[in-house]
Amino acid sequence: MSVGQAIPTMVGEPPDDELQQRFLYEMLLIRRFEEKCAEMYTRGKIRGFLHLYTGEEACAVGAINALRDDDKIVTHYRDHGHALARGVEPNRIMAELFARVGGTNEGRGGSMHIFDVSRNFLGGYAIVAGHMPIATGLGLAANLSDEDWAALCIFGDGGVGEGEFHEALNLAAIWKLPVVWFCENNGYGMGVPFDDSLANDVYKIAASYQMPSVRIDGMDVLEVYSATQLALAHVREGNGPYFIEALTYRYRGHSMADPELYRTKAEVEEYRQRDAIQRLKRSMIADGLIDEPTYQALVAQVDAEVDEAVAFADASPEPGLHTLYDHITKEYEGESG
Amino acid sequence: MTEMRMRDAIREAMREEMLRDERVFLMGEDIGAYGGSYACTRGLLDEFGPERVRDTPISESGIVGAGVGAALAGFIPMVEIMTINFSLVALDQIVNNASKLHYMSGGQVNVPLVLRMASGGGSQLGATHSHSLEGMFAHFPGLTVVCPAFPGDAKGLLKRSFREPNPVVFIEHTALYGARGEVPDDPDHLVEFGQAATVRSGKDVTLVGYSGSVHQCYRAADMLAEEHGLTADVIDLRTIRPLDMSSVIRSVRRTNRAVVVEDDWKFGGFAGEIAAQIMERAFDWLDAPVARVAGKDVPMPYNRNLEYAALPSEEDVVEAVLSML
Ligand SMILES: Cc1ncc(C[n+]2csc(CCOP(=O)(O)OP(=O)(O)O)c2C)c(N)n1
Ligand SMILES: [Mg+2]
Repeated sequence: MSVGQAIPTMVGEPPDDELQQRFLYEMLLIRRFEEKCAEMYTRGKIRGFLHLYTGEEACAVGAINALRDDDKIVTHYRDHGHALARGVEPNRIMAELFARVGGTNEGRGGSMHIFDVSRNFLGGYAIVAGHMPIATGLGLAANLSDEDWAALCIFGDGGVGEGEFHEALNLAAIWKLPVVWFCENNGYGMGVPFDDSLANDVYKIAASYQMPSVRIDGMDVLEVYSATQLALAHVREGNGPYFIEALTYRYRGHSMADPELYRTKAEVEEYRQRDAIQRLKRSMIADGLIDEPTYQALVAQVDAEVDEAVAFADASPEPGLHTLYDHITKEYEGESG
Repeated sequence: MTEMRMRDAIREAMREEMLRDERVFLMGEDIGAYGGSYACTRGLLDEFGPERVRDTPISESGIVGAGVGAALAGFIPMVEIMTINFSLVALDQIVNNASKLHYMSGGQVNVPLVLRMASGGGSQLGATHSHSLEGMFAHFPGLTVVCPAFPGDAKGLLKRSFREPNPVVFIEHTALYGARGEVPDDPDHLVEFGQAATVRSGKDVTLVGYSGSVHQCYRAADMLAEEHGLTADVIDLRTIRPLDMSSVIRSVRRTNRAVVVEDDWKFGGFAGEIAAQIMERAFDWLDAPVARVAGKDVPMPYNRNLEYAALPSEEDVVEAVLSML
């Protein structure tokens, strides 16, 4: 498919009422979870690099809800939102951020490396674009096993400048692999605006690898959901990979260490006016699906869940020093795999 | 036992493992129609087809990463990297992903991936194409590093690598592909990791090598016996991670002298690790400081005489032994 060819994105099943309720709940959960993380970071409970996802919730919730349980996800280091949208328990994510036993990775991974194999959530990856060839390999595995699950690979606009982006897309294209590439273009790679770092628009670069490539509004959860559904249908039918560039915005700095010298408060405010949660809330009120009191009740429910996650994490023990060498390699039991 | 060349033993190992386990597949640059740059995969495309013997573009990072992904999803991929020199552009996948995912995920996932690559200088290919980076890979926890010196070991170790639930870097010296040796026919013959072989026994000095340098040790032992009336233990490490230091220490406590030989640069090289461990565990038994015979501290020259001078030789090993008496 060539650049410029019109590709419809608003096709596929429109999300029913129940699904919209779920979108609202999950986006709120991510928002409040991330805000709590910021607080826990300033209180010294969370250490290391912490990259928050506020503003981008519609991407995770729209894209990941379009998946089946047997589809596999790899994502980048800004990964709490993706894990929450996949149903990973807030308790276990928070415990991981607190570096405790009972955390998703038993305190070995931290914020940037959340894993939950039971949900086919195969990791947050902290080397920009380093997980993209892995997604290609997942797609290869799906093809070799003759199964129709797909891989979803989420990454930032910064990844497009990396060689691994190009290698991964090219391989997936020539081998016709069931991979949905999902670029969260939040306008910046750290402090560098993406149009200063790329010679072309992201979706056009991807389209040159001969796969359908669309640019969508990443702050509209319904559009993200529909576009991802369409992409998944395409890749499941053996047509090869599909590329989505979702335009979005992060409200907070790149990480907690970012003094945000490269953008204005006015710019952030402008995007906040287009907030994905408020947008869905308004349309659900207009459609009579919720009212202000039910919305406030939902916020209270989510806050209680986040508080419970903090309590769980706080009550979890730190891993004992005697476990330092656990998990370096898996034990060989005389068989492969 | 059948006598065969190293490259045929390697091919036989892959073939048998592919027949044994459907999850095994191969991919790499020119491993299919071309038969592999060093002919290790010749004939396998015809036997197993393009799905299981997959020719790839020249994308080392992409194909190693794809191997990691397929391994995460239940396959046992072998990715051939044409030579170890090109592994440098795939280091992100090997070091940041393959070696760490089991640990970082808290044991949730594992990466049963075999990476084969050809190593070593001596063919006048110049500095970019003559690396010996075994020691670099051995530096990383989470990797197994296999460096066979003989065809029989190569087969048993490679088959063992396919059974390993963790990533294995399997390094083949280009000078040894044509070397002949006895290879066990039994398809269940495996060589365990972390077990050095004493390929020759003596009492005056311990010579330690892996991969190509085992042969220099062997020839040096011949020269020492014939020209100087000295006998040497020659230890072939076979895998350098895990590392069988016990065999080395046992020998050194008997011979009281050790020379470690490798092609790689001496400065910061793996021989230094072995020397340090001998010092830690056999200091009181040593009659002389441990000697290292290794590559000279230069990028590999193209000129034949200069390249010869840059690489360790059996004469260098003999000289090192004589100077410690
Ligand atoms: C290979 C590599 N280079 C540099 C970094 C440091 N770094 C971490 S995040 C980042 C910006 C990435 O931006 P983008 O991909 O757009 O993701 P975003 O943070 O905007 O979500 C950089 C440069 C890294 N982690 N990996
Ligand atoms: Mg960005």
